[in-house]
Amino acid sequence: MRLTPRDEKDVAEAIRTALAHDAPLSIEGHGSKAGLGRATQRDRVLSLAALTGVTLYEPQELVLTARAGTPLREIVALLDAQNQQLAFEPMDHAALLGGARDDATIGGVIATNASGPRRIKAGAARDHLLGFRSVTGRGEIVKSGGRVMKNVTGYDLSKLVAGSYGTLAALTELTLKVLPKAETEETLLLSSLGAEKGLAALRKASGSPYEVSSLAYDPQADAAALRLEGPQISVTTRRDDLTRFLADFGGATRVLAADESRAFWSRLRDAEPIAGEGVIWRVSLAPTDGFAFVERLRGAGAPIVAHVYDWAGGLVWLRLETAADAHATAIRAIVDALGGHATLIGADADIRARVDVFHPQPAALAALTRRVKEAFDPRFILERGRLRAEF
Amino acid sequence: MSLIMPLPEQAILARREELLARLRAILPAANVIADETARRAYECDALVMYRALPLVVALPETVAQVSAIMALAQEMNVKVVPRGAGTSLSGGALPLEDGILLGMAKFNRILEVDFENRCARVQPGVQNLAISKAVEYAGFYYAPDPSSQIACTIGGNVGENAGGVHCLKYGLTTNNILGLEVVLMGGEALRLGGKHLDSELYDLMGLMTGSEGLLGVVTEVTVRLLQKPVSARGLLLAFPTVEAGARCVGAIIARGIIPGGLEMMDAATIGAVENFQPCGYPLDAGAIVIVELDGTPAEVDHLVAVVESIAREEGATQTRISQNEAERLRFWAGRKNAFPAVSCIGPDYLCMDGTIPRGRLPEVLTRMDGLAKFHGLRVANVFHAGDGNLHPLILYDASKEGDIERAEKLGADILRLCVEVGGVLTGEHGVGVEKRDLMGEMFDEIDLAQQQRVKCAFDPQHRLNPGKVFPTLHRCAELGMMHVQSGKLPFPELPRF
Ligand SMILES: Cc1cc2nc3c(=O)[nH]c(=O)nc-3n(C[C@H](O)[C@H](O)[C@@H](O)COP(=O)(O)OP(=O)(O)OC[C@H]3O[C@@H](n4cnc5c(N)ncnc54)[C@H](O)[C@@H]3O)c2cc1C
Ligand SMILES: Cc1cc2nc3c(=O)[nH]c(=O)nc-3n(C[C@H](O)[C@H](O)[C@H](O)COP(=O)(O)OP(=O)(O)OC[C@H]3O[C@@H](n4cnc5c(N)ncnc54)[C@H](O)[C@@H]3O)c2cc1C
Repeated sequence: MRLTPRDEKDVAEAIRTALAHDAPLSIEGHGSKAGLGRATQRDRVLSLAALTGVTLYEPQELVLTARAGTPLREIVALLDAQNQQLAFEPMDHAALLGGARDDATIGGVIATNASGPRRIKAGAARDHLLGFRSVTGRGEIVKSGGRVMKNVTGYDLSKLVAGSYGTLAALTELTLKVLPKAETEETLLLSSLGAEKGLAALRKASGSPYEVSSLAYDPQADAAALRLEGPQISVTTRRDDLTRFLADFGGATRVLAADESRAFWSRLRDAEPIAGEGVIWRVSLAPTDGFAFVERLRGAGAPIVAHVYDWAGGLVWLRLETAADAHATAIRAIVDALGGHATLIGADADIRARVDVFHPQPAALAALTRRVKEAFDPRFILERGRLRAEF
Repeated sequence: MSLIMPLPEQAILARREELLARLRAILPAANVIADETARRAYECDALVMYRALPLVVALPETVAQVSAIMALAQEMNVKVVPRGAGTSLSGGALPLEDGILLGMAKFNRILEVDFENRCARVQPGVQNLAISKAVEYAGFYYAPDPSSQIACTIGGNVGENAGGVHCLKYGLTTNNILGLEVVLMGGEALRLGGKHLDSELYDLMGLMTGSEGLLGVVTEVTVRLLQKPVSARGLLLAFPTVEAGARCVGAIIARGIIPGGLEMMDAATIGAVENFQPCGYPLDAGAIVIVELDGTPAEVDHLVAVVESIAREEGATQTRISQNEAERLRFWAGRKNAFPAVSCIGPDYLCMDGTIPRGRLPEVLTRMDGLAKFHGLRVANVFHAGDGNLHPLILYDASKEGDIERAEKLGADILRLCVEVGGVLTGEHGVGVEKRDLMGEMFDEIDLAQQQRVKCAFDPQHRLNPGKVFPTLHRCAELGMMHVQSGKLPFPELPRF
């Protein structure tokens, strides 16, 4: 059964009714990623696809408010016309997981805290959510935050709902910080360094004053990529300075001009270099641990088919041959030793039913996480089982 | 003082000796401050209007001691108020007469500096500026720079999600920390985040930031380090009116420029500053705007020219561009001295803190002026203009009958005005006790109940810093109740949808 409320009041009513019948609801934007994460009971779906429309956009104030079901592509187009952007670069999962391109809603983007290669400089989706309206799992309409950049009035619940996968509240309206687009961009490519040296070059550049906004290493192409954004004059001088700064590493250098650079980063944002058959993992670590992680995983005999490093080595996307446990045991043991977290992004439903999709937590943290869920949704009515089998 | 704090619980006061003895079993004797004179030093934070003598001051030095104190407090049902340097301007660290004041000043070590991962692990009692000083030699710094940065601690910055002039471009505390270690009310220590980015599942580190010491005690912070920009230049722009200055600020941002700093002062503040320690601000200006642009020299020169031309278009009566580092610092000197300078033109002042949508600035200033006249007081203004964060300084004379109450009333009216135009009650100083009773201006009962349920998930007995932030205390059991009516409307095939 599928409910498609027209407005926030309808959403509240649907959730209250579901509560009265103890009938859990799955929340959906466009459902583009329904196949991801822990499988939830999908027999009752609350679709927010009808809650659309940008309700406020003030380019001078760098702020935009939209109803949760508004397609991301509509927001991007509107911002584009004013030379602005969502600086956190939400990814498109179509390449990785199939489905139509450009299919996400802004609610889905925020609910999954999706962010791309510019994360290291511009922050994640959560850093751009100024405020929201929602209906909690208690069926109550709750708002938090505001529409201004600086706000410490009450708890910052925006941080909680960003990345909560619809398990705390159905988001109905979101207020986001938007930023000017850079005048232009270029990408410096250093090739033939090998992974270890290539990643060291990225880390050195990330500690440079040249404001590199994205840093990735693609082992398939043996290329370290460094993105520079800003006014043309600034990009040009920073590119020259950076080339000198990294000269000791050697390797061949090449510069991708604006269009090529954009194409490169959008491919990386969508994890295209690792797309294909198998199981997909996304691992967040300290940048210095990225390389060690992959080496140890190889050492443990894991069949890595493709991988790519973003965030100066702090984010590793991996594709491995399919296995009954999706290699979760091996991956998690290494991540636990290094510090960080690993998420199973792509695998068959039966694997995802057996393996924890999200990283296991220490007991005290797991208990607190559950109490936070209960504070919003005590009967586990929203996305029951999405994060953990128990709630 | 018009503030109402919960009455001290007699049952706790009666067990003071037992509490002291048990604290002394956890801490060295010198770290348990029981003597009244010594406790007086902790009576208030920077909101000096409100004072209370803590039951006892405890100064732990290790995480194990913090855990033991929290577990003890939970067991004895005693309240705990965490404190950093006590520079909070909203009374967040105001002690309770029946509570332990947990001073974190001895947690003052920088544990690790990791340039390759661009971060540092520091204890919460380390001063904000000390972090930048410690990494300066390698060209790094920690971006959020509250004006109180010589004194305030990183733990207190997490408590208040502190900001500063760099925040427009580089973000607030919440955008600049990677990890926290936190001790909960029951004594459990948790690590949130680390050297990697983004928590999986709920972002409890983001929630802790700005929670004003109500959710847990921060015992370690992993901060992001940034490389210092290669160059920075300042512009000092004078305008005939605050409105013209505000328009210029909007025009700079509309052009796609996010300066490293963008601050404004009104005529009253300019006068006070020049009177205090002259730094060459034009006394005939209605407002001055200070813009700082940072980056590579070529980029900065380019942006300086663009900003200067915008300022001319917006009617600037003077545009000065810093030609060297000394001049850039001179432009900032007056802004940095604004608070002490204002305290010289009136015996006392109350520093308010609200944020508004920037475009409403001219209207808000006009109406603020009207409110000040109505209450018979004067207001001087300093703004973080780039992000709409206002700091109206209400001048009053505490020795004059009724002046404090008038100042409080004017302050409340100004904050209500901020909310009315779409802004918020506090941009960076916190709700504390100061704005606690105004929370209803922004949130309804249900919003507030939901926030308190979050508190219950961390501290079900409300033992950690109670009486702050929320206008009324609710028992967690009553907040947990659900009022579910079995569908007035027929479920499931709701045709209306
Ligand atoms: C388990 C899982 C893991 C994922 N991991 C990543 C990742 O690591 N990085 C990344 O970039 N993307 C990730 N995604 C993809 C992400 O969902 C898409 O980028 C998202 O934007 C798709 O939008 P949608 O509207 O189709 O969302 P949907 O596929 O409809 O929903 C996605 C999730 O968001 C929730 N949701 C959607 N709308 C709302 C709303 N209005 N209020 C509350 N909750 C809502 C849903 O309950 C669901 O859990 C993940 C998705 C899932 C489900
Ligand atoms: C002259 C002056 C200028 C200022 N300028 C600015 C400014 O520009 N920007 C700005 O944001 N603020 C400013 N402030 C306010 C104040 O300095 C900040 O709020 C600062 O973050 C407080 O730090 P502190 O160490 O003094 O904390 P305290 O005042 O001791 O405590 C503040 C809050 O944090 C909690 N807390 C403290 N330590 C911990 C801990 N370890 N664990 C859990 N909770 C804790 C306390 O309970 C309290 O609620 C200014 C204050 C003054 C006096």
